[in-house]
Parts: sequence; structure tokens; C-alpha cells
Amino acid sequence: MLPAPLVIGVAFAYLSLLFAVASFGDRRARQGRSVIGNAWVYALSMAVYCSAWTYFGSVGRAASGGVWFLPIYLGPMLAMILAWMLLRKMIRIARAYRITSIADFIASRYGKSSALAGLVTLITVVGLVPYIALQLKGIAAAYALMTQSAGAATGSAAPWWTDSTLYLALALAGFTIVFGARHLDSAERHEGMVAAIAFESLVKLLAFLAVGSFVVWGLFDGLGDLFAQAQAVPELARLLTLGQGKTFAYEQWFALTMLSALSVVFLPRQFQVMVVENVDERHLKRAAWAFPLYLLLINLFVLPIALAGLLHFGAGADAEGFVLTLPLAAGHAGLALLAFVGGLSAATGMVIVEAIAVSTMVCNDLVMPMLLRTRRFRVAQAAAGSDLTGFLLAIRRAAIVAILLLGYLYYRLAGEAYALVGIGLISFAAVAQFAPAMLGGMYWKGGTRAGALAGLGAGFAVWVYTLLLPSFAKSGWLGRELLANGAFGWELLRPEALFGLKRLDYLTHSLFWSLLANAGLYVAVSLWRAPSARETSQALLFVDVFKRTAAAGPVFWRGRAHVADLLPLLGRFLGVQRATALFEDYARRQGVARIEQLQPEPQLVQFVETQLAGAIGSASARVMVASVAEEESLDLDDVMLILEEASQLRAYAHALEEKSRSLERATAELRSANEQLKSLDRLKDDFMSSVTHELRTPLTSIRALAEVMRDDAEMPAEQRQEFLGIVVGETERLSRLVNQVLDMAKIESGHAEWHNSDVDLRMLLTQAVHTTEAMFRERGASLSLQMPQTVPTLRADADRLMQVLLNLLSNAAKFVPAGDGRVELRLDADAAGVTVSVSDNGPGVPVGQRALIFEKFRQGGDALSRPQGTGLGLPISRHIVEHFGGRIWLEPDTAQGACFKVWLPWQASSRDADRSTGDQT
Amino acid sequence: MTHRVLIADDEPNIVISLEYLMKRAGYEVSVARDGQEAIDAIRRERPQLVLLDVMMPKKSGFEVCQELRADEALKGTLVLMLTAKGRDTDIDKGLGVGADAYMTKPFATKDLVAKVAEMLGAAK
Repeated sequence: MLPAPLVIGVAFAYLSLLFAVASFGDRRARQGRSVIGNAWVYALSMAVYCSAWTYFGSVGRAASGGVWFLPIYLGPMLAMILAWMLLRKMIRIARAYRITSIADFIASRYGKSSALAGLVTLITVVGLVPYIALQLKGIAAAYALMTQSAGAATGSAAPWWTDSTLYLALALAGFTIVFGARHLDSAERHEGMVAAIAFESLVKLLAFLAVGSFVVWGLFDGLGDLFAQAQAVPELARLLTLGQGKTFAYEQWFALTMLSALSVVFLPRQFQVMVVENVDERHLKRAAWAFPLYLLLINLFVLPIALAGLLHFGAGADAEGFVLTLPLAAGHAGLALLAFVGGLSAATGMVIVEAIAVSTMVCNDLVMPMLLRTRRFRVAQAAAGSDLTGFLLAIRRAAIVAILLLGYLYYRLAGEAYALVGIGLISFAAVAQFAPAMLGGMYWKGGTRAGALAGLGAGFAVWVYTLLLPSFAKSGWLGRELLANGAFGWELLRPEALFGLKRLDYLTHSLFWSLLANAGLYVAVSLWRAPSARETSQALLFVDVFKRTAAAGPVFWRGRAHVADLLPLLGRFLGVQRATALFEDYARRQGVARIEQLQPEPQLVQFVETQLAGAIGSASARVMVASVAEEESLDLDDVMLILEEASQLRAYAHALEEKSRSLERATAELRSANEQLKSLDRLKDDFMSSVTHELRTPLTSIRALAEVMRDDAEMPAEQRQEFLGIVVGETERLSRLVNQVLDMAKIESGHAEWHNSDVDLRMLLTQAVHTTEAMFRERGASLSLQMPQTVPTLRADADRLMQVLLNLLSNAAKFVPAGDGRVELRLDADAAGVTVSVSDNGPGVPVGQRALIFEKFRQGGDALSRPQGTGLGLPISRHIVEHFGGRIWLEPDTAQGACFKVWLPWQASSRDADRSTGDQT
Repeated sequence: MTHRVLIADDEPNIVISLEYLMKRAGYEVSVARDGQEAIDAIRRERPQLVLLDVMMPKKSGFEVCQELRADEALKGTLVLMLTAKGRDTDIDKGLGVGADAYMTKPFATKDLVAKVAEMLGAAK
């Protein structure tokens, strides 16, 4: 028992606190530092699902039906965990096409139809009125409990103008307007509201947990004690079982779970916070487990509180108030006040968000389309060119007040018939009717407007007949005969046992028939007639939303429009400043300096229509744009054509990318080839330079000595002989060099002639020894020859091979020490090929020069002791050997002296011997 | 006064011809067969002029010239570079490292003797 002013004062204080949080959130949003861009805030905002139903209704339900309060929360948990991908698609669609409500979603999907928009809005309003009434009832009852003694009746028998609940409803309407209808946001974002909702979710969770903890550990000695005491009482023990003493009603459990799973998506307030207010798609992942966790926590103490209450107050007490009465009875007024604030918080949160969502729908999808139909309105608006934002705002505010008053009305008329939970379930069943049209619309391109209209209409009608009317009848405002005898007295049409289906409870029964009619007609009518062009284009945009980005998507619009018409149109609904800002932004993205320079292409028209849809709904936006543009109506072929163009464009863009990539690769290759050519050029340059040097050196001696001899007639004969000898020698050197250079050039350029025959290697080696005999004798060196008895013939050019042998032998002869030189020529053959080795006992090749000796003009040893040579012998030999597919190398690990080896295969795969010019046998 | 001339070249036959020419012109001649020998000989004998071949083992003619010019005592030595390499870049490089004159092989003996006399005459 608490004084009324205290309770009211606390209530107002709390609501003001909420308002303060909301304004803080709005202010930060304007500054650009949003507080709601956070996955935790997003998840908490979803907890607006828990309303007065949770606080009071669940406990009441648990007291009478045990664990049967649970399915309502199991459903959302399952839905979030299993179907968050579905939500992601919904969010993506809503963001891409600026959908601001469920009605807008459905209407937009089925061809921007105003008829659908209106129907959905109607269903929503009618369906939600009971739910709002539930909140009012909850708060009223709570208030009564707090201020009167427990046991007093919360009567609604008093005349309505003294009923405090009415003023409560009006006060709530005022708060809602302040929260969400102070100004118009084209994206329908209410950052302050979301912040406040997240805050109040925390408050209500903490309050409930506080009361729960108090009951379990304050009034009893923990859960064990509580459950033990409950088991002792038979009626209570029954509550703890699944069956409640009867057989378990599977279908009811299933129906409730499925119903609440649907409701967590299709309730307007849930759609608002989950889809419309969503800041970042990725927050969904966190919310997918955080929100179920919240539900788990807030339901932890429901059953304990119910049991405790029954134990304390006995059966028959008003279980819905246990959350308040238990602390009050234990003398903890403060805790009771906290619980009251929690319940108030839950109820007001629900009412505010729901009312805002519904008012948006009413304004955009019901009132605006109707007004646009009346010529007078259109003409007046066009003439005045006025700013409609104020007008739109007024419609919304009126809608908020109306919805709350309707809720109050239902509360007066029918609030006594059911417990709170029963009322709520009626609303759930109403919004469940959206499921076929919405889910079908997101995944099935075949759904048509006619199908959606038929399905929704039928489902709604069945719902009204099987749930809404009976609730009126049970409250006494309609005759009970309807329930008992059916419409027109036909038993088969009894509202709660249609066509004789008696086994189900009233809710499951209604759900079954309404969804059957809904889904059945939706599919049947959709299949009956093909979708129109506009429906097809919208279907493509919705179902394939993940496949397209906004920039590259096809634009299904043909016609002419003027920027001078589009800009004022947008300004009328969004305000001139905001419209201009949007246009400027668009222009900048197109790379155009000024708005006037914008080309009125389909993309621009679509942009304007999308922005407009955020303010007045897709259907009305369609109508408004059509009124200022000269449109060509599209038929199905046009739609398909546009689609094909778009996919062709994508394919071209892809191909272009591929082309440019391969172009880059080709350029890189060309660059490296160029580098190679340049280095080869440099090599050639070096070669030329070396050759000229080598040629000029002997020429110098020849010329100098010849001139000297010419100018000095008195030269002694000996001297003359010496000089002439040098001249002759140098001439020989010169011609040797010239020949070798020519040879080298021919081999390297591939113009050399190769005359292949079957070479007898034994004979070749013997001949080589013979030829070099004189040279060796002169040096005083010995040459030994080692060969196997028989050697197969090798197909090669005999002269060239001889050239190699002579080169190696003469090198050896040059470098062996005089008088004591020993050179060995060896031939070895195996299955793969033949090896010729020339080893000497000379000084060997220094380690530093081993790599260089096969290069042009490098000669071993130093110049002083260097014997006559051109420096081209080894390079030429290497070319010859490699031409026949073999290898020539210097053995690396000889103890003393040098050992050159040549290996030639019997059959070389890279042999170009047979490709050469001339092939004599 | 007899001038001393150093011939630095690794080709024996060229050395023979140059030696004969220089002796006939009346100069005192010494010979070096590679770059290091050339430096040592210049330090030792202080010739007035060096007939310097470019392509030599151990140190090239360019390097020898650079070392000469870097050395205070030897800076004044006249250098006539001889080489079979005749590209413009080589001539510029030779003059760049401080050679006083540059002749390409094969040269005319008359021209060589005249050049040497000119250089030695001017330096008196």
C-alpha cells in the first residue's frame, strides 16, 4: 500500500528519465556520434518484445499452467538462432529500397501496390488493438495493486471519464508523440527512441531479476527449498510437470512456439527495431545469441515467483500481480516500487515503439494513398507547391492518439474476457498472417499481388471470425449464440470449431484455419495468373538482393523526367534543404558539379523515388513520381530486356577487367623481353669492342714494325729478320682470329653448316694425336691416348668434333711446363653417351677463373706467359658440343693441372643436328 | 738532356716496336708489362713520359693514370695513352682520368714520335 501521489510521481520521474536518454541519443545522432551504433544496444533494443505480458502475464500463466508460459519465449529464441540469415536478407532489402514498415515491405514487393499497403495496415491496426489494451490493463492493474489494498477489484465499471486508465492512455499517447513524432526523418530512424528502449530493457531485466532473487533467497532458502515446498502441495506439484495432469498437448505447444517465432519478426515494433532501426547488418550476428540470452534471463524467475505466490497467498489469488504483491506483503515497499517501474517500463516501451510503427504505416500506407486518389487533394497540392512535412506529421500524431484510444476502447469492451496472455495471443495470430506473403515474397519470384491480396484477405477474415468475434462474444458485447451455434445457425461454421475440428484449443484451431486459407490462396492465386511487369521487376529486386549492388542493379524505369520537377517534388515531402542536400550529394557521386547539369536518367528517377519512399511509403512514392514524369509503361518483355542488359553490362565489366589484367601481364612480359634485348645488345656491344681490340692489337705491331723497317734503310739484317718474323707471326695470328670470329658468329647466329656423318671416334682421336704431334714434340711434352677396343659410331659433324679436340689438345700443350709436360687423351663410352677427357699436368686453372674460361676472349694464365691464342677456342668448342646435345666442362677437383671433359650423347633430345642445313652421309 | 720514357704494355710484340721507336728517337727507355709494374717503375725511375696501354693485367691504364694524378710527386708525369679501343667513351674516360694525350692503335709511327717530342718539348 503506497500513497498514490508517490506512485504517480515515481512513474513520471522514470518516464522523464527515459525522455532524457532519448534526447541525449538524438543529440548525439545529430552530432554524428551515434550511441546506438553498437551490437549490444541493437540486441537490447530487440528486448522490447518483453512487455507487460512478461511481467504480469507470464507469472499468471505459470500459476495456472506451469511450464506453459514458456513456448512464447522459446519461439523467439529458436527464430533468432536458426533464422538470422532470413533477417539479414530482410534488413538488406529494407536498406536497399528504403522500406520503413511491414506494410511498405509487402506493398513494395508486390509491385508497389497501394491496395496491399492499405490492407496490411488495416490488419495491423485491428490486430494490435488488443495488444495495446493488454498493456493498459497491465499498468492499470499494477497501479491499483500499489495504491489499494490487495484484494480490491480493479473494476472497469466506473464511467469512462473518471477512469484513470483513459488518462493513462492519453498520457502515453503524448509521450509517444514526443518520442517519435516531433519531426520527420526520411529514413524513419529514431535514434533517441532506440537508445531509450535499450535503456529500459536493462531496467526491466534488472528489476525482474531483483524481485526474483528476493523471492527465492529472501522469502525462501533458495530454489531447492522452494521446489521442495511446492512438491509438497499436490496442485502445485502438478504445475511442475509437462502434462499438467493431462496428456501433453503437442499441437498446442507446437502452435504456440511457431506463433511466437513468427511474431518476433512480424510484430510492427520488432520489425521497427530489428530492420528499420538497424544500423549495421553485422550487429545481427551478436544479437542472434544475445537476444535469446536476454529472454532466458528474464524468464528464469517466472516459475519460482508463481510458485512462491501460490504458496504464500494460496490458490485463487490474482497471480498476475505476484511480482508486486509478494514484495508488498513482505514489507519491502521499495522493491515493489522497483518492480512497478519495471512493469511500467516494459509496457510503455512496447506501446511507444508499436504506436510509432503503426502510425508510420497508417500515414504512409493508408492515409496518403487514399488522399492521393482524390483529385482535389492532388490539384490543391500541386498549385500551392507547399511543404507537406507538417501535414504528414499531423497525420502521424493523430494516428498515435487514435490507436491508443482504440486500445482503451477494447480494454473497456473486451478486457475482462481473457487473461492478459490470451489477449496477446490474439494479436500474435493477426500478425502471423503476414508470414506467407512476406516469406514467399523474399524467396519466391512467382508470388503476385493478387495472390498476396487473396491470401491476406482470407487469413484476416478467418482470424476475425475465429478469434476476434469470440473475444467480443465472451465479454458480452456479442451474443453468445454465435459461439454455440455458428453463423446463420450452421454448426459447421462455429467460430471455435470450424468444419467440425473440435480437438484443438481455440488458438491452435484459429491458427490452423487462418494460415491454411492464407497460404493456400496465396499460392493458388499466384500460380493462376502470371505476374505483371512491375511485380516481376520488384520480385527480382527483392529475391536477388544479395546478388546485386545498388550501383550495378537494373533500373526498371523508362520515360522522361525533368530535374526541375523532381527536386521540388522531393522538397515537398522532405523539406527543401534536405532535398537539395540529397541532390547535391547525388550529383557529386555522378561527378557533376551542379544540380542543373544532372541528366534526367532512369537512375535519377529511381533515386528520387527511393528517397520519397522513405517518407511516404513506396506505393505513394510511385504515384507521386508518376505524376511528374512522363513514363512509358513497361511490359514483361521490357523487364526481361532491362534485366538482360544489366547482366550483360556486368559481363562486359567483368570481361573488361579480365582484358586489362591480361594487358598488364602482356606489358610486363614485353618489358622483361625488352630488358633482355637491351642486355643482349650490351653483350653484343661488348663483343664488338673486344673483337676490334683483338684485331687491332696484332695490326699495331705489324704496322709499327713495317713502318720502322721502311724508314730505316740502315737496319742490320738480323734485326730486320727478327722484325719480319714478328710481322709474319702477327699476320697469322690476325687471320686465325678473323676466322674464329667468323666461325663464332656463324655458329651463334645459327647459320653454320653442319655436315653429319657416322663418326668413328677411335679414328678421330688417333688423327687428332697425329695432327698435334709436332706441337707436342716442340714443347717437349708427351701425349698418351687411351681408348676402348670398340666404340659405336656417333652421328655428328667430324670436322667440328676434330675442331674441339684440337682446341683442347693445343690448350693443354700450351700450358704444360716445358720439357716435362704430360697430356693424356682418354675416351670412355657407356650406354648414354661417350666421354672424351684431356688432362694435363700444367698449373691448372685458378679458382677465380674457372667460370670465365668458357667466355669469349678470356684466356687462362696471365698475359706475360700466355701462349698465343685467340681466347675464342673454348667458347666455340662449347657451342659445338652443345649443338650436339652434349656438355663440356672443367673437372673441379683435380689435384694438379687441368682436366677438360666432353660428354656427347648417342641420342640427344635437343639435338638439332638433323635440323641443320645439309646432311651428308 | 735525355728524357726517360716508360713503355707500359702487356703485348710483347708491341713493346718491341715501341722500344725500338723510342730508342731510335734518342730517349732512355724502360719497360713495364702490367699495371702494377708500371706504377712501381714510375716511382722508381721517375720518367718524364709514359706510353700507357689501357688493357693490362693487374691494373688497367686508367687506374694507373688515376694513381699517378693522385700522387703529389708523380703528378707531373706526362701520360700518352695507347689503346686499341677507340670508342668515344673510352677517349673521354682517358682524358677524364688525366691523360695528357690519347692515341688509338694501330698508329702511324711518325705521328707517335712527333707527339712524344711535342709533349716533352712543351714540358721543358
